[in-house]
Amino acid sequence: MKLELLINQKIYALDVAPDEMLADTLRSKGFLSIRKGCDTSCCGLCTVWIDGKPVLSCTMLSFRVAGKAITTIEGIQPEAEKFARILAAEGSEQCGFCSPGFIMTVIAMKNELKNPTEQDIQHYLAGNLCRCTGYMGQMRAIKTYLRGEVQ
Amino acid sequence: MFTIESLHQPQTLSEVKQLVEKYPDITVLGGCGFLKLSSRKIPVALDLSRCELEKIHETEQHIEIGAMVTLRDIEKNPALNQWFDGALPKAVSHILGVQFRSCATIGASVYAKYGFSDILPALLALDTQVELLRGGRMPLVDFLSKPITRDVLTRIVITKDKRRVSYQNLRNAGADFPLLNAAVSKHDAEWKIIVGARPARAEIAVQASKLLTSSAYGTVDSGTVAMAASMELAFGSNNKASAEYRQAMCQVLVKRAIEEVLA
Repeated sequence: MKLELLINQKIYALDVAPDEMLADTLRSKGFLSIRKGCDTSCCGLCTVWIDGKPVLSCTMLSFRVAGKAITTIEGIQPEAEKFARILAAEGSEQCGFCSPGFIMTVIAMKNELKNPTEQDIQHYLAGNLCRCTGYMGQMRAIKTYLRGEVQ
Repeated sequence: MFTIESLHQPQTLSEVKQLVEKYPDITVLGGCGFLKLSSRKIPVALDLSRCELEKIHETEQHIEIGAMVTLRDIEKNPALNQWFDGALPKAVSHILGVQFRSCATIGASVYAKYGFSDILPALLALDTQVELLRGGRMPLVDFLSKPITRDVLTRIVITKDKRRVSYQNLRNAGADFPLLNAAVSKHDAEWKIIVGARPARAEIAVQASKLLTSSAYGTVDSGTVAMAASMELAFGSNNKASAEYRQAMCQVLVKRAIEEVLA
């Protein structure tokens, strides 16, 4: 089926199968930050934003996002890089495979929640798994990142 | 991964009705979280995302939830947070992560009648009706007791009343399926006790609810009622918990829920 998708503020005319998931569509167009870590909708590696809200692109059928704004980490590179540098400085950038999805969720959280508590942060990020178990470093990085925004 | 041969995206419910009549085996697509784990070959799929079923509508007497409303929408909706002690948002907030809840839809969660459902016990604790395209409107409890038929769930309608509600759950890990959950509500003098993920589908503990309703507060303690609920309902074993463990934990969750309602 023919679709027009708005990806990172650019329109792409695509021909997708009705059962094609957004993660596959995005990767086929070169958005290789989208990773499939589990394929069971629980790891968060494939997180993108649809109209600003974080969703699992591995679970979202591509035809359903026609007419909506799709944002991948490539579309918010300056902000993503800012947080990624803090992640690295806190020693929580390990294998890095989960980082794009994790960064997308953290920035979505920053946009959505005002002054989140540690419990709010843990709850919001429950859908992002890190198999290197860098969670403590990630939490430090998030707090530093949010503090930076407040300052 | 499932495959779809042909897809229909109607824009009105009358178009949906025509399609359901034309294709008796049509598959309605929900959030697809569970469907994608299967290798089903779907000859004809029906997508409801253009039918304006993605909204939560509050009227003077009801809260109407469209079938395509996501669990994340329920979690954040101001009316649902305001009414029923926020039991519905609380019930869905434990389901995997924010991103998954932004994909999963209430219609599929209810229509599939999953045993592990977090939302069904909470909905059963309220005065909830489901609206089906062919079957019309019926109480949720009646819908759950019937076998799954070929129909399309379009809306969930909850009567706004001043009931107190508590939702409790037990999980081996934070974002895992519940190994047991319970909801208790009190509306005027009437109590309802529901236990789900037994691992069978959520069910009202009718006798325990009657025991609590017929007792003046103070004459029957919450522990006795919780034990009655655990004796009345059937529990099973799976890889998450044994039947014995679920039965024991049922007493804890129900007691905790009753006390929260009374607090």
